[in-house]
Amino acid sequence: MMDLSVKLPGLDLKNPIMPASGCFGFGQEYAKLYDLSKLGSIMIKATTAEMRLGNPTPRVAETSSGMLNAIGLQNPGLEKVVDEQLPWLEQFDVPIIANVAGSLAEDYVEVARTISRAPNVHALELNISCPNVKQGGITFGTDPKVAQELTRMVKDVSDVPVYVKLSPNVTDVVQLAKAVEEGGADGITMINTLLGMRLDPKTGRPVIANITGGLSGPAIKPVALRMVYEVRRHTDLPIIGMGGVAEVDDVIDFLSAGANAVAVGTANFVNPFVCPELIEKLPERLHELGYESVHELTGRSHRL
Amino acid sequence: MIKQEKMAIVSQTEIAKNIFELTVTGTLVEEMNEPGQFVHVRVADSFEPLLRRPISVAKIDKEASSFTMIYRSEGRGTNLLSQKTERDTLDVLGPLGHGFPVDQAGEKAYLIGGGIGVPPLYELALQLNARGVETVHILGFESREAVFYEDKFRALGDTHIATVDGSHGTEGFVTHILNGLPHDFDTYYSCGPTPMLEAVQWAYPEKKGFLSYEQRMGCGIGACFACVCRTTKSETDYIKVCSDGPVFPAGVVIS
Repeated sequence: MMDLSVKLPGLDLKNPIMPASGCFGFGQEYAKLYDLSKLGSIMIKATTAEMRLGNPTPRVAETSSGMLNAIGLQNPGLEKVVDEQLPWLEQFDVPIIANVAGSLAEDYVEVARTISRAPNVHALELNISCPNVKQGGITFGTDPKVAQELTRMVKDVSDVPVYVKLSPNVTDVVQLAKAVEEGGADGITMINTLLGMRLDPKTGRPVIANITGGLSGPAIKPVALRMVYEVRRHTDLPIIGMGGVAEVDDVIDFLSAGANAVAVGTANFVNPFVCPELIEKLPERLHELGYESVHELTGRSHRL
Repeated sequence: MIKQEKMAIVSQTEIAKNIFELTVTGTLVEEMNEPGQFVHVRVADSFEPLLRRPISVAKIDKEASSFTMIYRSEGRGTNLLSQKTERDTLDVLGPLGHGFPVDQAGEKAYLIGGGIGVPPLYELALQLNARGVETVHILGFESREAVFYEDKFRALGDTHIATVDGSHGTEGFVTHILNGLPHDFDTYYSCGPTPMLEAVQWAYPEKKGFLSYEQRMGCGIGACFACVCRTTKSETDYIKVCSDGPVFPAGVVIS
């Protein structure tokens, strides 16, 4: 019997596969398609203290083997997420990772304090890496000192372990990883999207209304994999790896590079059933590769 | 219920310049009922191009377990789709969104479509006619060579064609035709470019109307928040074209 379970701070995962924040809403749409209890976890959409309307449209554009998005953290706000979305998700046997965002440090603290007390929230994901908002987001995630301080502030008020989501839009991602570790982070999730743009050849104008957007999808997997590998060499913190995961061998790659679990983002849009399909395929693939558990394979690239 | 299925391609034909009619068969058709719903198709098994394409449903044939899409081949994805043949299958997710409410038509309805907004009006016309509703079709195209389904619409009711270059029917837009038609109908249904929907809405402020909107989509099921539109309800209200729409009552969407 293949052991797919993974134990991480705050998270007792049945399997290492989960949908990434921002690509799964609050689960309502996907619950119409399959039983969400199959998932290892769900990283719900970023929650801010106040409701956010997000950016103007068009908000998405296709690129080579990828897509750009600039949704702008649209969400109904902390109160509605806590009162409506999280209680609804309680019907599923799945631990929730709540993605916390804000404009000011105080906003992050407020959201973290309140949302970490929801019964089915087992961990926070600190969103200091969204490239699509004017205030907050990536502005907190590119300066190691700021990232460290924010991590500490959120850790102080959170009832559950705090994972920090790192941005690839930095020169040295290891420096950021070390900074948030010193700030008390219980884990790292990586990577967020890469800042990019696309122009309309007819007009020369940017296709996305926000001008720039976050690049995701299979196109960014080599970058994400490299960054997970580098960060794993410098920290023992748990890593939830993501960036272009769409097929079972992508999961194998991220685990091999040192990720303890894997999140699936854009691939949900291409195939809404991708998460349960990966969970189903993973045991056979591990077996083919000669492993009996996820743990045996995790980090193997560093043992060679 | 939304299903994902590898559907068998029954036929694919170019019915006007760069306009393709594609019919597929499979059990997913059992879920299709409302005209104006759409499907999300994957044009390649690879990740290039990556995203699915939203395509409207032009005709549902329950007996044959098939449905027909009509789309314009204009980009990489739809070009690839146009190359598929009867030997291929097509990964279809659907039916998606909310369509046109046929039970609110009254006795006579205007069906107003522009370009690739015309296809969903065909299934709508079929269903309205089956319910005994008189339908008048006002359809706009770029030019004569882009016109399709004219005879099929004529078989169902009074049909008026406009072309931008005047090479067929009335020269100009559908609004040029509408200006000359009586207001003796109960309901209008419209699908096409947003400026056209706006113009139609302004033309009939006193009538009950239903408009089908387009917006660039990510997931097609309401999870990604890419295809939002503002609404007249409040300043803080957004609707998703893919799952709340694509059809909305007139006066709801601020485009």
